[in-house]
This record gives sequence, C-alpha cells and structure tokens, in this order.
Amino acid sequence: MNAPGPSSLTQARIDDTGDAGTPPARERGLKALSTWARQPGFLLSLPALAVFIAGFIGPLALVVLYSVMPARSFGVDNLPTLENFVTIFQDSYYLSFAWSIGLALATTVILMLICWPVAYGLSRVFRRSMILTLLLVLPLFVSENVRLFGWVLTLLNHGILDGSLRTLFGWEVPELLYNVPVTILGMVYVYLPFMLFPMALGVSMIPESCREAAFDMGATRSQVFREVEIPLAMPGILIGALLTFVLVLGSISEAKILGGQSVIMIAHDIETAFTYAQNWPLGSALSTLLILLTGVLVIGLLSKLNLDKLLSRK
Amino acid sequence: MSETILELKGVEKYFGDFVAVERINLSVKDGEFFTLVGPSGSGKTTMIRMLVGMDKPSRGDILMSGERVNDVPANRRPTCMVFQSLALFPHKSVGENIEFPLKLRGEAKHNRKTRAIELLEQLHLSESYYSKKVSECSGGERQRVALARALAFDPQILFFDEPLSALDYRLRKTLEKELKDIQRRTGKTFVYITHSLEEAMVMSDRIAIMRKGRIVQVGTPDEIYNNPANGFVAQFMGEVNEFRVSRKDSQWLEDTETGAQYPAPPDSPVDEGVLIVRPERIRLLSADEKADSTFEGVVEHQYVLGSRVQYQVRVKERALLVETMIGQPFGVGDSVSLGWDADQSVLMSE
Repeated sequence: MNAPGPSSLTQARIDDTGDAGTPPARERGLKALSTWARQPGFLLSLPALAVFIAGFIGPLALVVLYSVMPARSFGVDNLPTLENFVTIFQDSYYLSFAWSIGLALATTVILMLICWPVAYGLSRVFRRSMILTLLLVLPLFVSENVRLFGWVLTLLNHGILDGSLRTLFGWEVPELLYNVPVTILGMVYVYLPFMLFPMALGVSMIPESCREAAFDMGATRSQVFREVEIPLAMPGILIGALLTFVLVLGSISEAKILGGQSVIMIAHDIETAFTYAQNWPLGSALSTLLILLTGVLVIGLLSKLNLDKLLSRK
Repeated sequence: MSETILELKGVEKYFGDFVAVERINLSVKDGEFFTLVGPSGSGKTTMIRMLVGMDKPSRGDILMSGERVNDVPANRRPTCMVFQSLALFPHKSVGENIEFPLKLRGEAKHNRKTRAIELLEQLHLSESYYSKKVSECSGGERQRVALARALAFDPQILFFDEPLSALDYRLRKTLEKELKDIQRRTGKTFVYITHSLEEAMVMSDRIAIMRKGRIVQVGTPDEIYNNPANGFVAQFMGEVNEFRVSRKDSQWLEDTETGAQYPAPPDSPVDEGVLIVRPERIRLLSADEKADSTFEGVVEHQYVLGSRVQYQVRVKERALLVETMIGQPFGVGDSVSLGWDADQSVLMSE
C-alpha cells in the first residue's frame, strides 16, 4: 500500500476540480471514487475497517442469513424461508420478549430514580471525588456471575442474612430468592454504574448560573428541577437509560442465578436454541429480532443526541 | 425618586476567616441607577449575591422598602439579576426564556407571548427572534434577551452583575446607553456592578466605590470625578499625577521630595498629604498663556489615544502626564511649558 504524501493529495484535489473538459458521468464518478479512496483518512482506517467487517459485520450477516434457513438446518445453502419467525409468534417466545422488555423498562426506571440523587451528589457535592468513583467502579472488575453468587449466598435460606437473623434474633426470613423482585434487584445492582456515570455527566452539564437564575426569578425547588435541571441533564439521562435498557434486554445471568428461572429472558431462549435444542435458525431468528429492536431504539435515540457536544463539555 | 427602596445597615460577610465585605451602610432610592464599582476582589460580587438573596449576610441587615429581607430566599424576593454569564437557558428558545418568569407564575400562554414580543420590541429585537434558539443569537442580542427576561419578571429592583464585560468596546458603549435609556423609561431601580468606573460614570445616578470589602466613597459621577475621597478613587478613574506635599503657606504647597512648589487648591484644610492633578487638567502653555503654576519640561513620550493625545513630560526629577486634544504641535524631544490652575487639583490627606 502506497501511503500518499501531501503532494499526491494536492494532486488528487487538482484532478477533482481542475478538469476543463467534462468527461462522461461514469468516468467522473470513478474519478471521484478513486480520489476519495486515496484520501489518507480512508487508507488509514482500512485495517480497522477490515477487522470490523470480518469480526462484527460478518457474523451479524451470518446470523441474519441463518434466521431465514429452515428449522434445524446447519447450512446456509437452503432456500430462504420465514418459518422461524412464524414459530416465534406461534409458540410462547413472545413471552420471553415481553419479560425482557418489561424487566428492562422496570430496571431503567428504578435506576433513574436511584441514580439521580447519587449522580447529583457525585457531580456537585463530592465534585467527582476519586475515592467515591473508584468505590462505584470497583465491582465492575469482578465477574458479574461471581457478584451474583455473592447475592445468592447472602439471600439464600440459611445463608448469610437468614442465618444471621435466625441465630441472633430468632427471626424467620421468608424465601427471598427465585422470584421477579430479586431478579430486578440483581439487574439494578449490576447495571447501576451504566446509568450513574452518564447521568452524573449530564448533571455536571447544568450550569450553576442557570439554576440560580431560575431560582432568582421565583422558581421553587421543584420548578427548577422540572424546568432547568431535567432538560439540561437530559442527554446524560438518555444515554444512561439507553445503556441500561439495552444491557438488561440482552441479560441472562440475573434471571438464571437470582431468579432461578422464575422468568425466562429472551437471551436464555436464544442460548437454549443454539445449544440444547440445536436449532440454529430459530436462535438466529430470535437474535435478529432482538438486534432489530435494540437497533431501532439506539439509532432513534442517538439521532436526537449530539454525543460530541456532550462529551466535549468540561 | 425620593423613597428609599434598598438599605444596608452594617452588613458584613465572612467566609471562614476571610472578610469579604465589612461595615457596609448604603441606601438606594427608588428609581435610581446605582452602581457599585470596585476592582476584582473588592467584594462587589459578594454584595450583589447578598442583595438578591443567594447568600446571607453574616451580620447587619438588608432592608427592602423598609422590611428586613435577610432571611428571604432569592425566589421570594421582588428582585431579579442579570448574570455575568447571562444564564440564559440553552434548551429554551428566546421567547421561552423571556416568558420563563411568567410561566412560573402560571400566566396563560397567550398573555406570555404578547408580553414577550412587547419586550423584544422594547429592546430593539424583531418579532422573528421569538422562536430563535439562544445559540443563534450574537453576544449583544443575548444581552438584550437576558434583560428582556429580567424585565418580564417585573422586579422592584433589577441587579446587574457585570453583564457587559465580555462584549467588544463599541457594543458595550451602545448597550450602556440603551440600558440607561431603559432604566429612565421604566423608572425601575437598577443596581449595577462593574469594575469599570468609566462604565459606571456613563450610566449611573450615583456610584459607590468599593475597595477590599469596604465602601470608600458614594456620590454622583460628578462628585467622584471632581472630589475623589482618596488616592485610590482618584487613580481608579485612570492615570493621575500624584505629588506628596506639605503646606508652605495658605497659597502654596511644597513637594516633599523635590522641593518644587505647587499652588494649593482653595479652601483645603489639609496641611500634609497627596496633591492629585489629572492629566487632562494640566495645560500645555503657549508663550502668552499663564497658569497658577508654570513649569518647563521636555516631552519624553507621546501616546495617541484616539481623539486625545497623552504626553509624558520630564520636569526636573519628575515625569508628568499631560493629556490634551490631538493635533498639538509638539513631539518627543520638544521643550514645552505647562501648568495648571489651583482649583484644578485636589489635595487629600492620606
């Protein structure tokens, strides 16, 4: 690959604009394409682009391709069919989708409520104290499953909580594990940082003077919150919500380990289809639907946000 | 224009051991344009924060229309401030910004819009600005929007925290005059903070000069210019010639460093102190002109200030600053005679 120096770049620009005669459209198109392809930015991005295509776009395309193959086939050389998607809606798979979406919504809402005051404190009272941030980030260095089993040991019948209360006070603690609330607890616990930090960034974007100005013009505490703080912190809130929603949508361990499969998440169905059921096309169809759902959400939200602006401030 | 709307009695503010302002006694009359001037660190921002209710005084009382408001928070005071940063809401349009105080009061949408457009007009912004984003407005337009928003609040006292300091010279001059004009038309009390005495002079009915947390002098622009209370006030206005002097007799003062003699300002009770002569009060004299004191000197430097010109003239051991209209027939190295009349100088004990 010949790295173009400044001279060849200049040359390309002259080629592009300096043509006196007007060659046929096709020729001009090719010329523009070759000019574009010779830009250093494009050439420098080629290696990364190759890795991206081979490692990300490729498998994704394969999944989509498998999703239109006949059930229980292991090749991609069959005639395409939509039978897997029909199966999804005829069998009870929509239930798993519903649970995943429902739990993702619940977790996101709960996290919003929990994280606002914490984010507020983190960015305003403690001024992004290193120690506090570290304490909040540290759990991320431990595997999610290990942390969830920690909760299991704590909440288990005759576990740390139950055992301690029984021994010390003789209190009987009812079964805490293997239900929906404890599943949500696990999700809230695991995904808290993903809501907290974007939100703290959002809160730190509210100029103090705007808050004071609103107050000065007679706003009550709740009016400042509604009219100034929430809208100005909105980019951070949305990013946090998006992250947690998408992560919970694809999560599997919380429902398995803490929930004891009292609810089946969609990720669990996908895993079963690929492994136990040996039905790759069905698993692919489920994955494709999930990816579509997530993609629409992410693209829809991100198109309304200016990430560059958010991250370049302060 | 007679009733006292704002009164400070022995107001002090400490931050830990640091004394931000102390022993402030002040009263502002209804309908007055009052300006607090001081260099940075003089405590003027602390003052205005206490006046709008964002900080509480550590001691003393703040009275508005005769009522003590020390413990009344900012959102329940009939005052409004235009911030240095303007604090316009970036997520709201120009119209929504102006309507904000009305919206808080639950005013109907239709009335709010009518009022907002009225205010836009009053501030020389066309109706099309109503739906513009704040980010689409220039610096001067933002100033006007911020002022419109404050006027929409309809405060009894309007405070300004150096809102013009970020603007370029010409725009600042225009807005200074506009602000004065609006104040006169609305009849509202304006309390303005700035570090520029020049800006204060243009707009104010009265000026209070602050230094290190205390008020040094309160007076009309005229009084402050002609009778500065001390050297600090005199210098604050711009460069001055200062001579350390002691009295020789009722007519003459003697320079304690050079022994030169200067005419004493009439009726001054001071016997020893600093004589201050402004550069524009010293005249370059032609052969047939006379002044109460006359000196011979040589022009050392010449600085053109636009319509005026400033000379640094060496008179024996001293370098004097002389400012005059541009177009004088003198240049660097020329010999000149200069002088001033006794009543053009100020003598103060320091």
